[in-house]
Amino acid sequence: MPYSPLLVRPMREELSSIGVQELLTAADVDQWMSETSGTAMLVVNSVCGCAAGMARPGVRAALESEHRPDRVATVFAGQDLEATARARGYIADIPPSSPSIALWKDGELVYFLPRHRIEGRSADQVAADLQAAFAEHRAVVA
Amino acid sequence: MGTFHQGRDPLHGITVVVETDGPELYVGRCDDVDERGVILHDADVHRGGEGEAPRAKYLENATRFGVWKKFDRIVVPRARVTAIRRLGEL
Repeated sequence: MPYSPLLVRPMREELSSIGVQELLTAADVDQWMSETSGTAMLVVNSVCGCAAGMARPGVRAALESEHRPDRVATVFAGQDLEATARARGYIADIPPSSPSIALWKDGELVYFLPRHRIEGRSADQVAADLQAAFAEHRAVVA
Repeated sequence: MGTFHQGRDPLHGITVVVETDGPELYVGRCDDVDERGVILHDADVHRGGEGEAPRAKYLENATRFGVWKKFDRIVVPRARVTAIRRLGEL
């Protein structure tokens, strides 16, 4: 059963307040995924503070990178069930976990940070991993 | 934002690898460790049987991407547990 929207709101706003697009429906996800040019990062947000408590500030810090992805969006596991299921369908070869973070470049999945590589780590460490991935997969201007 | 899981084992919420005195190796999210054993959620087991990847390959894949759960909840009996490690630290 989903948590109260009131409880979850600050966890949503921790990302939406910095411009991360919330995908609330399957149609939102399909629309967002239909654009394949450039780099795109999807954050699977979650309530559990064991990992998500570091994932969100890690994402915030990572997005200060000069190589930040062209598009960044989020679905909320356990809350926006339809959107999360649809998003996981785009990374169907990878076991679902939340929080987790996926990065695509030109429509190809190039990086995935599963929950167990967020657990027990600091926001700075999560940010460093993400920034390294941004740099490795940054768009190259022809 | 804090957690909602006070009073549990320090490994609560952490994805762990549980080694046993047999061929079974469990990977799952630790809920608690108590007198019964290690309680895992969303867990998988590797038994090294026919058709399964070798243990090292299984762990390599688990480390990169996680595991597909076979059990919503399982208790690995304390007497059988020989080691618990964080998957994220392998």
